[in-house]
Amino acid sequence: MLSVALGGVTLPNPIIPASGTFGFGYEMARFYDINRLGAVALKGTTWDARFGNRAPRIAECFGGMLNAIGLQNPGAPAVAAEEMPKLRAVFGGVVIANISGFGIEEYVATARHFDERSDAAILEVNVSCPNVRHGGMAFGVTPEGAASVCRAVKAACKKPVFMKLSPNVTDIADIAAACEAAGADGLSLINTLLGMVIDPASGKPVVSTKMAGFSGPAVKPVALRMVYQVYERVSIPIIGIGGIRTADDVLEMISAGAAAVQIGSQNLVDPWACEKILDDLPVKMAAYGIRDIQSIIGRAHA
Amino acid sequence: MPTQGIYTIVTNLPIARDVYELALTGDTTALSRPGQFVNIQLNGLYLRRPISVCRREQGRMTLVYKVVGAGTRQMAGMRPGETLDLLVGLGNGFDVAPARGKSIALVGGGAGLPPLVGLMETLAGERVTCALGFASAEDVFYETLLRSLGADVAVCTMDGTAGMKGLVTDALKTMAYDYYFACGPKAMLKAVHGLGGDGQLSFEERMGCGFGACMGCTCQTLAGNKRVCLEGPVFFSGEVSCECFR
Ligand SMILES: Cc1cc2nc3c(=O)[nH]c(=O)nc-3n(C[C@H](O)[C@H](O)[C@H](O)COP(=O)(O)OP(=O)(O)OC[C@H]3O[C@@H](n4cnc5c(N)ncnc54)[C@H](O)[C@@H]3O)c2cc1C
Ligand SMILES: Cc1cc2nc3c(=O)[nH]c(=O)nc-3n(C[C@H](O)[C@H](O)[C@H](O)COP(=O)(O)O)c2cc1C
Ligand code: FES
Repeated sequence: MLSVALGGVTLPNPIIPASGTFGFGYEMARFYDINRLGAVALKGTTWDARFGNRAPRIAECFGGMLNAIGLQNPGAPAVAAEEMPKLRAVFGGVVIANISGFGIEEYVATARHFDERSDAAILEVNVSCPNVRHGGMAFGVTPEGAASVCRAVKAACKKPVFMKLSPNVTDIADIAAACEAAGADGLSLINTLLGMVIDPASGKPVVSTKMAGFSGPAVKPVALRMVYQVYERVSIPIIGIGGIRTADDVLEMISAGAAAVQIGSQNLVDPWACEKILDDLPVKMAAYGIRDIQSIIGRAHA
Repeated sequence: MPTQGIYTIVTNLPIARDVYELALTGDTTALSRPGQFVNIQLNGLYLRRPISVCRREQGRMTLVYKVVGAGTRQMAGMRPGETLDLLVGLGNGFDVAPARGKSIALVGGGAGLPPLVGLMETLAGERVTCALGFASAEDVFYETLLRSLGADVAVCTMDGTAGMKGLVTDALKTMAYDYYFACGPKAMLKAVHGLGGDGQLSFEERMGCGFGACMGCTCQTLAGNKRVCLEGPVFFSGEVSCECFR
């Protein structure tokens, strides 16, 4: 049994490509039948169209990568009117809209647009993107900031709201608890860690923004630890994200307390990453004697 | 449609200073145009390395790369019989249709010139002149190959140790052409574009994926935001803006 429940929405399986690593989904239908996925998370969307940051936006590091895309997207109205139909032509499953903003009003406008004018089933609110100088970060680093975005979006929308948390904080469980108290239906964690890569020859940071979001296999222990800590503090479902590459990584993340997982960077180095995990997950579950994936959520805490 | 496959090294030989020619066997059906690229997985390195396809025949392709860092250094140490995991058939490649029947200039700088060889093969029968730019005599490669494929070839070096001294654009200014294809460093592309005229330019950008998923490689063209890996790497001169050269 692979099906899982996320805030009243049932997914056929817990495997979701993470926001920003799968385009708007339809680009990836060239590689395999994406209807196999538990859900698809859309590229982060703001109200206005954004080009994002200057090049270079990407750097490599041991076991992972840095990105400073800077929320490139065509704006919420265009995503709902143009990108969603393109995705719907190839994907019938659950869509998770990923929402960013530079002020509470923008978060609310974008979330409300997806709530009313799209068939996305879940609103994932990114209070953690570290790339935008005046944006996300300010909200995600304090319990009050995250809760204020959560409260405003919840008041304006009917669909389940998942708050996507930043790992660049002292106590992520405090922020998670504040979001739960503010009415969040679930939590997604983690977003990228703030990092840097310097070219040893020139002595200059490689990415144009100097600091950028660190992701990939190297961040998995941090993500697992944070999911574990948050699971102890909240009772809403958690989507575990960070460094997942294999079916074993998925089982670790669910054991730490995740109800579902998102796979990010791995899609970039292997466009079939999610499909391979889907093929392997039942094999690994059988080998470990797991019949129902939901039965192992949080078993690391026992 | 891009494919993934395991390719076997046939030869991997130096052809100029720090530049290697790598011949591989494996499925090449995903390659439809010259100027497309592959993305190479290497041991211990997280991101794949994008390299243009130089030439392709049935079941065989040639890549030419310059050693600049850990990935290309690892490649230079590989031997015939060893294998590489490649994503193949990435990018749009050159569109030769608008150049047919015209007098064509191919402009290449250093490690950027390899795709011009495959392009030259596709342009067989057309009137083609090549302007190739290198730093120094030790860096020159493929001058004879391009000549044997039927092109007039002018070589320029920065220090004057081979061909004429100067930049490719110095040679280009003396040539008569009404369509160009350019591939090389941004500064060279900018200079070529600055001369005006119709043509196509192939860009390089740091890539997360190479197939359109991450927006890591986007540039602002006059025709809107375009991903170098998906809508590029080749752009028409008319859509290239000054933002593309930043
Ligand atoms: C579409 C395309 C086609 C290319 N074709 C060729 C070719 O035919 N021959 C050739 O010699 N080189 C080519 N390059 C450049 C080549 O990708 C880089 O030289 C190579 O990735 C360097 O890897 P490294 O590990 O040796 O260097 P490192 O500096 O150690 O690499 C670190 C990271 O930076 C990236 N990177 C470094 N330089 C570049 C660059 N110039 N462009 C893009 N990414 C870079 C690497 O991919 C890697 O992710 C091409 C690049 C692109 C985008
Ligand atoms: C290229 C890239 C773009 C991303 N864009 C977004 C985004 O728009 N919104 C968001 O909430 N997270 C974004 N992320 C973060 C991922 O969704 C994910 O949380 C993070 O990469 C950790 O997972 P991973 O280690 O599996 O990559 C992005 C990550 C990458 C690598
Ligand atoms: S490199 Fe990922 S979209 Fe171009």
